[in-house]
Amino acid sequence: MMSAYSPGACDNGEQSRVLEKILKKYKGSEGALIPVLQEAQEALGYLSEETLKKIAKATGRTLAQVYGVATFYAQFRLEPIGKHLVRICHGTACHVAGADDIDAAVCGHLGLPEEGGTTGDMEFTVEKVVCVGACSLAPIMIVDGVAHGRLNPDKARSVIKSYQKSENERSGGGARSGKRAQKKK
Amino acid sequence: MSGKDRVVVGLATCGIAAGGVSVMEEIRREIKKRNLGVEVAETGCIGYCFAEVLVEIQKAGMPKVIYGEVKPNDVPLIVEGHLIEGKILRDKALLIEGRKTPEADFLKKQKRIVLANCGLIDPENIDDYIATGGYEALKKVLSGMTPEQVREEILASGLRGRGGAGFPTGQKWNLCAMAQGKDKYIVCNADEGDPGAFMDRSVLEGDPHAVIEGMIIGGYAIGATHGYIYCRAEYPLAVRRLKKAIADATSRGFLGKNILSSGYSLDIVVKEGAGAFVCGEETALIASIEGKRGMPRPRPPFPANKGIWGMPTNINNVETFANVPWIIRNRAKKFAKMGTVGSKGTKVFCLTGKVRRGGLAEVEMGTTLREVIFGVGGGIKEGRKFKAVQIGGPSGGCLPESLLDTPVDYDSLPAAGAIMGSGGMVVVDDTTCMVDLAKYFLTFTQMESCGKCVPCRLGTKRMLEILTRICKGEGKPEDIDLLEKLAIDIKEGSLCQLGGTAPNPVLTTLRYFRDEYVAHIRDKRCPAGLCVDLVTFHIDPEKCTGCGVCLKNCPSGAISGERKKPHVIDEDKCIKCRECIRRCRFDAVYTV
Ligand SMILES: Cc1cc2nc3c(=O)[nH]c(=O)nc-3n(C[C@H](O)[C@H](O)[C@H](O)COP(=O)(O)O)c2cc1C
Ligand code: FES
Repeated sequence: MMSAYSPGACDNGEQSRVLEKILKKYKGSEGALIPVLQEAQEALGYLSEETLKKIAKATGRTLAQVYGVATFYAQFRLEPIGKHLVRICHGTACHVAGADDIDAAVCGHLGLPEEGGTTGDMEFTVEKVVCVGACSLAPIMIVDGVAHGRLNPDKARSVIKSYQKSENERSGGGARSGKRAQKKK
Repeated sequence: MSGKDRVVVGLATCGIAAGGVSVMEEIRREIKKRNLGVEVAETGCIGYCFAEVLVEIQKAGMPKVIYGEVKPNDVPLIVEGHLIEGKILRDKALLIEGRKTPEADFLKKQKRIVLANCGLIDPENIDDYIATGGYEALKKVLSGMTPEQVREEILASGLRGRGGAGFPTGQKWNLCAMAQGKDKYIVCNADEGDPGAFMDRSVLEGDPHAVIEGMIIGGYAIGATHGYIYCRAEYPLAVRRLKKAIADATSRGFLGKNILSSGYSLDIVVKEGAGAFVCGEETALIASIEGKRGMPRPRPPFPANKGIWGMPTNINNVETFANVPWIIRNRAKKFAKMGTVGSKGTKVFCLTGKVRRGGLAEVEMGTTLREVIFGVGGGIKEGRKFKAVQIGGPSGGCLPESLLDTPVDYDSLPAAGAIMGSGGMVVVDDTTCMVDLAKYFLTFTQMESCGKCVPCRLGTKRMLEILTRICKGEGKPEDIDLLEKLAIDIKEGSLCQLGGTAPNPVLTTLRYFRDEYVAHIRDKRCPAGLCVDLVTFHIDPEKCTGCGVCLKNCPSGAISGERKKPHVIDEDKCIKCRECIRRCRFDAVYTV
């Protein structure tokens, strides 16, 4: 399960330092496990086994307790995610407006199964979420924190393409985009 | 607000999702380019969500105008026409102050107390809130009312909790005020997990100080020492605005130690949820604040006696708190004049789905569903037919056309099989399959069941399996009875109201749309043409113009035909992706 993926450019030493800082900030405050997990995930991209162990030790809980909390809440991820996080809303308003079609279009375009997941080149992770609170603009998806509303399958695909494009421009079509091309059907 | 000309852009989550940020940038650019002395500001959501992006223009000597569906390339026209030449662009104007416009009914048919400031003030500016009478209620309470008098006032107003169950707020405060403890907590439930509801988000983003003021008053009334706002993780903008509002209120002396020199102290901390619907339930919410798995526990002991860290805790919903300053400022009597015998005041609904004007609708209690959906909402989109309205989300029910004259209040809706719930109101037309909708909600509750008690954990799973096979055309004649039996067992046996209400969407669709279940089970047919396993796609040769759009876009090459001649679909190749239906401009593709 554990991979050698390190998000961004930071090495393991730097990751530890980031985590230390978060743990220090919440040291001694009761009930801070969830904010600690949230900030750790925010900084490190996901919660690795290593991270959970360190958090357990610092907060005086067992690994099982920390793991229990981390797996209870939908927000926490124990696996690394892609560079771009695509969250497709499946709330009621989005459901009756055709969220399944948006899912099919996006996942089809990225070569992922319909339930989502991460592309082989670690560029995109697609998740289903429930209601992002902008139901009047259904169906809607959120890419890297930016909401795109009033979608149809074409629009959804072109939104994803725009992220692929900006990616290509930045990396100048390097090794990563080469891998993606293989993955795409 | 100064006498300067002003341009205000609605930048709540929905405005941003519709592209509000680029409209804002364009406005700033245009105004700078032309060197106009115009103030540019942002605001929360006024509720005209169907017409986002909204831009309001206040120009001296002209009525206030709100433009709808503004795109970046409309901006030069609006700036040039309205701000420079002083001409209203009629075809883009949604609302012109003092004049009749087609969409004016949306606001005119509402009664706004909770949303009074939303979309009008700058939520990040405490002075805007104060200018509308903000924090007056707090001053009144701290300078001249005892905690007991405050509780009596709220009790007399008849305010009931807006979080779903409708428990009288004054009574709840009394219970917690009576309880003994070293510390006491006042908590705002901003978890808003009901999919299809966003009124709490709109209030938090559009008028955060109203919620905070209500909380401080509530805190004083029960003797709270600490406050928490438990906010959904999916609402980052609300969290940001709340944190700013708390900091601003503290720096003005409305929060913190010795508030307004009254001797009363309260601090408020924002806690972000981590994505679990069940954490909206009070005891689960408490566990989550304590940093544990958010699982409910049996009651008693009630949170009023034993809540956070075993201390007395009072939890109210966002909208409940937002009503409080209004009640104190205007007196309980005035509040109690609005609404029905058992339900006072107003309720904010989120009108969404196939309704023409979807958005925030705050109406007096007792208003009929018809008035909300057809009066405020303007009826069904694209001239289709109303089929049902789903009220109260996963705990609620679906009501048919024959019940459109039901008043929305805490007594009439449950009598019809729905609930007031938090205020989600999803309107569906004849293209929605009611069995699929029931399955959708069951999928949700099954996924969100915390797994602690058996009826909810396994019962919802069994119900979902049955609904899934019905939608696939594999339903058995005895399935309807089995669903009803399971529903009753789950309702009675579940530990918390997640399970206790989970069967409601199934029960109401069975009650009002039983024929659709029968069609799926007996005739292997989906009347709405939605359940893919039960439908086949066809092209009406009368309507097809042979334009070739469907043929070009069919991903499986199932469509054939010559140009300008009716096309046909090869059933064997069709993967039922609905692409042709969506693309056809002549309504020629249909399902059987
Ligand atoms: C599964 C479940 C989810 C709930 N979600 C919410 C919610 O998101 N927001 C809310 O205010 N109340 C929610 N409630 C209701 C609360 O438990 C509680 O009744 C309410 O916050 C009390 O506030 P009020 O008295 O002001 O209505 C939920 C209840 C259950 C059983
Ligand atoms: S249902 Fe998708 S935003 Fe609410």
